[in-house]
Amino acid sequence: MNAFSRRSLLTTEGMSRHDVEVLFGRARLHARGLRAGTPLRSLAGRVVANLFFENSTRTRLSFERAAKALGADVLNFNAATSSVSKGESLVDTVRNVEALGANIIVLRHPAAGAAHLVAGKVRCSVVNAGDGTHAHPSQALLDAYTLHERWGTLDGKTVAIVGDVLHSRVARSNLYCLTTLGARVVVAGPPTLVPVGLEALGAKVLPSIDAALEEADAVMMLRVQLERQKESMFPSSAEYARAFGLTPGRARALKPDAVVMHPGPVNRGVELAPEVADGPANVILEQVANGVAVRMAILESCG
Amino acid sequence: MSKPIIIRGGRVIDPRNRIDGVRDLRLEDGKVAAVSERPLPLDGAEEVQAGGLWVTPGFIDLHVHLREPGEEAKETILSGTRAAVAGGFTAVAAMPNTRPVNDSALVTRLVRQRAAEANLARVYPVGAISKGLNGEEMAELGALRDAGCVAVTDDGRPVMSASLMRRVLVYAGPLGLPVMVHEEDLTLSAGGALTEGPRATRLGLLPIPRSAEVVMVARDLVLLEEVGGRLHIAHLSCAASVALVREAKRRGLPVTAEAAPHHFTLTDEAVEGWNTHAKMNPPLRHPEDVAAIREGLADGTIDAIATDHAPHGVMEKQVPYAEAANGVIGLETALPLTLELVRAGVLGPVRAVELLTSGPAATFGLPGGHLAAGAPADVTLVDPGAEWTVEGARFQSKSRNTPYEGRKVVGRVVRTVVGGRTVWPLEETR
Repeated sequence: MNAFSRRSLLTTEGMSRHDVEVLFGRARLHARGLRAGTPLRSLAGRVVANLFFENSTRTRLSFERAAKALGADVLNFNAATSSVSKGESLVDTVRNVEALGANIIVLRHPAAGAAHLVAGKVRCSVVNAGDGTHAHPSQALLDAYTLHERWGTLDGKTVAIVGDVLHSRVARSNLYCLTTLGARVVVAGPPTLVPVGLEALGAKVLPSIDAALEEADAVMMLRVQLERQKESMFPSSAEYARAFGLTPGRARALKPDAVVMHPGPVNRGVELAPEVADGPANVILEQVANGVAVRMAILESCG
Repeated sequence: MSKPIIIRGGRVIDPRNRIDGVRDLRLEDGKVAAVSERPLPLDGAEEVQAGGLWVTPGFIDLHVHLREPGEEAKETILSGTRAAVAGGFTAVAAMPNTRPVNDSALVTRLVRQRAAEANLARVYPVGAISKGLNGEEMAELGALRDAGCVAVTDDGRPVMSASLMRRVLVYAGPLGLPVMVHEEDLTLSAGGALTEGPRATRLGLLPIPRSAEVVMVARDLVLLEEVGGRLHIAHLSCAASVALVREAKRRGLPVTAEAAPHHFTLTDEAVEGWNTHAKMNPPLRHPEDVAAIREGLADGTIDAIATDHAPHGVMEKQVPYAEAANGVIGLETALPLTLELVRAGVLGPVRAVELLTSGPAATFGLPGGHLAAGAPADVTLVDPGAEWTVEGARFQSKSRNTPYEGRKVVGRVVRTVVGGRTVWPLEETR
């Protein structure tokens, strides 16, 4: 599977280092343009449709901001008020959106493989903005970009991904992207939420968060989905915070220059202690700002 | 009554009667009239030259979803039995998860009547274990048997209540009804879409642990040992399940088992690209499971190859994987897929035919499955060397949901005879 097929971005799996670095180069230009208030309007006259079949505020806003900064017309689609609730199939919906003139469909969907399915049914470009627990490539690219801009390179660095990896598309996409760029990825989380076979995908699974933090140059704290507690994936938020959260004590044990990342939104006091969420090591808002530039580069490459 | 038929010079493979050699076969009055090593006189019969062909008992499929009544857009008893005879099946057992569910003599009679109207393959209805497949109240098993059901099952769903399962084994035992079970602990499989493993993790499909099947196989074998009855385990798919059945049979428990072609020819690799045509329940497993199923087929642990033919339309399949319906069609590809095991040296030709004929017949106590004089004149003629490419669009089934689209296969059914009457090729195409 190509990461970019017909100029679509469906996954970071199989993306070449060269492709990622070219994208980062464009993102850097866009970041500069945004700061100077003179973004490159390279998608003027193009139509970007944000199709979100799952609630999301930050990703949708980020894509909207990116598309508008590039000069594109933006169609926003809200699954809750659409004909989807009248029983229209996903394939019919996207074909209709394409017929409206969309050049790029940005798709968020609760089912794994949805973006892949859509890309096979339309002629326009498709950007996967999250499909179930499969992939969230734009988030992974902006995470890697954030680290790349800090460090200059990811070669030889160790990134710890901590938390509910089982249900995390962010973790999967980051794993591919980070290892492609030369970083080592270690994983830790509640054993009920660490899926089988991560080693085969290139991660090293460590038995405790402390073991993972000890080696980390960056730590990515995954968002805990609190409804998983009802499924008894872990006993309670309090126990999660104690056993797998980034507490102030654990933050002090990090390497001096280590950075703390989070894809947002943060459950303060669960995976991230409030002091850490607001502490100097975190780059969470930097991730958000970089997200716009990286998504501009992604949309532009698909447009 | 149709004209007598002489099938001349074919390789007759009749496992139950220990025949594997060139014979002439005479079919008359709906029965096998003679099997002879010497040429039989034509004596007014239609002559069918079978040199180079295999002449086998008609295949019997213990596990078919004909979708009628209720989902006739996917399949009907007519289209499903057309698919059956195209695949060499002269008899199929029809699962009860129709709309309405076959949990009453009324529905059983409807299925039999429609099958009689179609007048192609024999259709043996299988009744529900529980009313409406609700898993709670026992269906009228006696009435179902009296109306013609040959077994009972809640197939598509497990019997989650161990207590109900135990009572059904106790109650159905004296009725002589095999209790056919879909083994799945729903608390273990809940939310899952693919067998737990690296591929499920990579594709972002929530995992179904193999224990979801295996713990239920173990449970039901414990219940069987305690209370007796007749247990038939549908679509065995895991290595550990095969081992449990093998051990139970060694100890003499009255258990039988079937396996589906997709579980002995495909692994979860077929799901790559979220291929919904490779989605079924139980899901595709790993290479070690496929190897164990093959071993179970060879050593007698598994009694029958059954397709779990489960037609679905585009609307159920052209959707994201997790939302897609479970099931694949199988009647028209079972023979060549079974022959893949012969070519791979897993099964001899006689064992392969046994798994499609006398094995399933014995499992549900059905007539047929062999070719001794006096047996039903249900016969399948196979060209074992014919090469073809699977194309769903050419199937007799109304549905196209095959995971084998484009696969080059070897072995083709050239004639199917039911009750002494040629039903494949279809009359209108002859």
